[in-house]
Order: sequence, then C-alpha cells, then structure tokens
Amino acid sequence: MPQPTANGARQASSISIRSLHKAFSSKMTALDGVDLDVQPGEFFTLLGPSGCGKTTLLRIIAGLEQPDRGSISIGGRLLDGVPPHQRSVNTVFQSYALFPNRNVRDNIGFGLQMQRVKRQIIQQRVQAMAEITKVDDLLDRNPEQLSGGQKQRVALARALINEPDVLLLDEPLSALDAGLRGQLQVELQRLQRRLGMTFVFVTHDQQEAMVMSHRMAVLHEGQVQQVGTPQVIYEQPKTLFVARFMGHQNIFAIQQRNEDEIVADFGVLKGRFAAGSHILLREEALSLKAGVVEGHNRLTARVEECLYRGGSTEYRVLCGNARLTVRSHNLGQALFASGQDVTIDVAPEAVAILPG
Amino acid sequence: MQQIAKQTGQLVAIIGPGVLWIIVFLVLPSLYLISIAFLSNDPYGLPQLPLSLHAFRELAGFGLLGWSPGNLYTLGRSLWQATFATILVILISYPIAYYIATRPVHLRPLMLVLIVVPSWTNQVIRAVGWMNLFSPGTPLANLSAMLGFTEPQMGLFPSQFAVVVGMVYNFLPFMVLPLYAAFERLDHAQVEAARDLFATPMRAFVHAVLPQTLPGLLAGTVLVAVPAFGMFVVPELLGGGRSSMIGNLVARQFADGANWPLGAAGALLMILATLLGLYILRRAARRLSSEREMLL
Repeated sequence: MPQPTANGARQASSISIRSLHKAFSSKMTALDGVDLDVQPGEFFTLLGPSGCGKTTLLRIIAGLEQPDRGSISIGGRLLDGVPPHQRSVNTVFQSYALFPNRNVRDNIGFGLQMQRVKRQIIQQRVQAMAEITKVDDLLDRNPEQLSGGQKQRVALARALINEPDVLLLDEPLSALDAGLRGQLQVELQRLQRRLGMTFVFVTHDQQEAMVMSHRMAVLHEGQVQQVGTPQVIYEQPKTLFVARFMGHQNIFAIQQRNEDEIVADFGVLKGRFAAGSHILLREEALSLKAGVVEGHNRLTARVEECLYRGGSTEYRVLCGNARLTVRSHNLGQALFASGQDVTIDVAPEAVAILPG
Repeated sequence: MQQIAKQTGQLVAIIGPGVLWIIVFLVLPSLYLISIAFLSNDPYGLPQLPLSLHAFRELAGFGLLGWSPGNLYTLGRSLWQATFATILVILISYPIAYYIATRPVHLRPLMLVLIVVPSWTNQVIRAVGWMNLFSPGTPLANLSAMLGFTEPQMGLFPSQFAVVVGMVYNFLPFMVLPLYAAFERLDHAQVEAARDLFATPMRAFVHAVLPQTLPGLLAGTVLVAVPAFGMFVVPELLGGGRSSMIGNLVARQFADGANWPLGAAGALLMILATLLGLYILRRAARRLSSEREMLL
C-alpha cells in the first residue's frame, strides 16, 4: 500500500511468530508456545488481562526481551539474537518514555539522529510527522509541559517517523481519560489505515480492541486462545475464557444435547445446535415478548430486574434455574415490569456453542 | 513596631546559631589565613609584620637561589592527579552503582554498607595497607615486575601509581553513593526507548542514562575532586618525595619546614583553584541540563 507521507512509499511487513516460550522463573511462565501470523499492513491486537503475556510478547518482538525458545521473523527476516537497535521495529511505550532533557522536536528526531540522518533532513521530516500527528505547534516545548494526550501523540510521532516495518503499541491509551481515549482510538485507527503500516497493539480493553483491529489474538496465561476478526472473536468465541473476557454474561454448561434440543440450567432449548461444552446466548441478540409462548428457539422466563440505560434496557430474567441478561434496544416499545412473565426469542445468530 | 521587633528576634533566634557557627569556624579562620599569607615570616617560620607578597613570590618558585619550578610542578601534579583519580573513580563507580541498584531490594543496603565500611577506618591505616600490598616481594609487586612495569626487586610504591590507587580507593564511596541514588530512580523505559530507537548500548548510555544520572555524577564529582585536590595523607605515605601534592606542600609549611605565610598562601591558592573548578563544573552542568534541578 503506498504511503501518502513525504517520506516515500514502502512495503508493509508481515510478522511470523513460531512456538515462542518465555519464563521469568520456574513459577512464572509469560509465554507458553505462541504461534501467530500478522499480515502486512494489518492492525493486529493482542488482547488479554494483565499477566497474560501480551506485553512480554511485544517486548520480544521489539528485542527488549529474549525468548527462551521459538523464533520471530519480520518480513521474512529471522530476528534471533538481533539487538533492538538493529530491528526495523519501533515502540510506543505505555509510559510514553519521552526523554525529559530533550524538547519535542529532538524527541521526535531521536531515531533519525541515531541513524545518523543529516540534520537538515531530520528537521524536515520532524516537521512533516508533527503535522500528521498534530503536534506541530508543540515542537519547542519540553515533555513536562505536555498533557497526557499530547505526550501520547509525541510518542507516536517519535516512533512513526522512522517508518518501521512494524509499529508496536503497548497500551498507549490506557493512561488517558475516557473521552480523549475514544477520540485517539479513532485517530490512531485512521492513521494506520492511511499509512498502511503493520501495527501490533496491546490492550486489556476488549472494546478498544474491537474498535481498532483488523484482527486480534486473545491471550490467556501465555497461550493464544483465539485469533480472528473482532466480529468472529465476539460472536463466535471458541473458549470459555474468550467468551467471558469479551464481556458475555449468558454462558451455560451444556448438560445434555439431544437431536434437536439442548438442556442447560435455563431449561430446555429446542433447536438444532452443534456439539460443544458450553452454550452462549448473546444478550443483545435475544428479544423479549410478553406472555408465555412455547416453541422452537424459545425460552420462557420471568423478569426480575429492569435497568433502563437510555439507548437500551437491560433485563435480568429468571429462566429455569438460571439468571439471564437480555439487552433490548429502546426503539419506542413499552418496557417490561419486574415480575412479568415473558418469552425469550433465541434467534440462531444469538447462539454460540463453545467447543472447548 | 513591636511586631517587627518580635519578628526580628525570632529571625535572630532561628538563624543566629548557624551564622555564629559560620563566623567562628569559617569566616574568622579564613580571614586569619588570608592575613597570614600577606605577612612576612620570622626566623622560626611564624608570621610577622611588615606586610609583604613574599609568600606568593616564594610559592611561585622564587627563592634564595633564584627561580625553580618545583612548586608549580607540585600544583600541576595535584590538579592532574585529582582529575585523573576523579575520572577513574567515575569509571569504576558507574558499573558498581548500576549493579547495586539492580540487585533485589533486600540486598542493596548490605552492598552499600560493604562499599562504605572501609572509609570508617583511618586514612593512614588504609594507606599503610596499600603500602603492604605494594611493597617489594609481594605478589602484586612481583606480578608487575614480571610484566615489565617495574624493575625487579622494586615495589609498586612509592609511585604516582600508588598515589592514584590510594586516592581512588579512598574516594570510591563518595561517588558510588550519589550515583546509586541516581540509578535507583532511573527510568528504565527511557533506556529501552533509546535502544528501540536505534541507539547502540553506548549511545543509549550517553543519551538516556547519563542525563538521568547527571545530578548524582556532579554531586559525586564535587565530593571526590575537591578533597582529592587537597589530599595529603595518601601522597605522603604512598607517593614518596617526588609525588607530593599541594596539600603536602601546605602541611609542611605549618610543621617541620615551618613557613606559615607560605603555607597560608598555598592554602589560599587551593581555595581559589577549588572555587574556579566548582564554577567551571557548574557552568558545564547548566549547559548539559538546562531544565534540570541542580545540586550545585
């Protein structure tokens, strides 16, 4: 993909990670056999809770940490034992890690300075990159004079200016307040699409991951649980961990599966389903109807709680021995009251069977 | 009026003792020293009237037998040895301070104590210790002779080498401690950012470690360079006659080779050289880190 910057076009690079292992001690395994392939020009997110190994993986790609076993190649070049300064990989650190003794201009130009680019060219490229990342009016300030969002932009400019094969971002938005965070998510995503550079983004926030990524990998205890597009990860999670981490509420162990029904805590759900260990009912894809109507893809329930949230209403309903959450969009229909008997329509798209 | 009087009283009560201390133990002795330097000396070396610049002429090397460069050599040697020893101390202290600061928290106090403990022993005893290590026939002296650095049957002391070793050993804790304090607060993310942005390990040190540890380095440099310049025990014991420093020259004038005005003039010269050195250091520090809080 051509790059519409002043810096000329370059080919984006792929990453391939093979059976990567890393342990910090006998008790603490950070990565336990990770295999991943990132496509050229892809916005790829590593998603998981703290301690899942996502940051360690990022640091190994950057060369700041050495794997115990396994290998990484970028653009087909094997990076075993290559020190960080010889990798065409740059990182936006969680703490930004700006150099306090340099102003914004010299921070952004640092990578080019280290590559012994001519001073005049550095000045031009810093100016161009500062315009792209909207920090061109801050160039003469020192880092301590910047707000969190401004520091984030400078850190981004400092990494991007080197036109790395791969840009790594370690929870770059986690220190910002919600409003600014949402705005920068969109900006960062646009910038990546525009530059066509390969981004590897680390976050523990599944909303953020879904908004920004082409594809994402969910990590848990040093292992990749699932890789896929945000839609696949959210709608068809493969493991219990992924389903829970993506925020799903209605997950039940399948007690018995017959030819055209499933038995779980919520009772009997008639319909044809794949085999698996758990059933997931997506709360926003379920719909409620007044009264009790038995039939295929239906469950009967009683409303226990009704939480009105403006755009949607969240119902907690008792269904068999289970509590379910149903989120219905407020399109003008009447609300259901607590204690009311209802029927839940379980559309086939609302159901996911977890194989694992 | 009463209010002002009360406030003045409080002010005097608060800063009075400090001011008194400084006057009695710093200002008065200094004035005394300066006045001695401008007096002549009597046959027993004690100061007497009339006022004269004789001591300074003597310090500059003019004596009964005409001019000799001996004292200027001594001054030059002092400056050179203090500088050399300080640089060596810095080079040795950086890895030590970094090593200690990166050990587990519970080990660090122990390691710092191990660095500091030798300085609780008297300087003379430590110098004598080095004398024993460097005497002819000791393993170190034999090794040096074997490698051709010294003549066979000769010891490693007295020599300028022994003086430098003694000074480095003496002043190491004064550099390690402030550097350790700086390393303990080091933001490692900056170092990693530099490495990530194509800096070799050496350049990452220059651009990310050095600026962060600069306050500690400057504090340590002052703590080492100033006393190293005025050192006299170590050169006296380990240096022999030809390695004496300005401190020895001054000390001699107040003892056996009594000539108080000359000694005072020498001390005055040391103070001026030290102030000049501190001024240069301060200027350099300001230039290196314009926005940083300085210890100087």
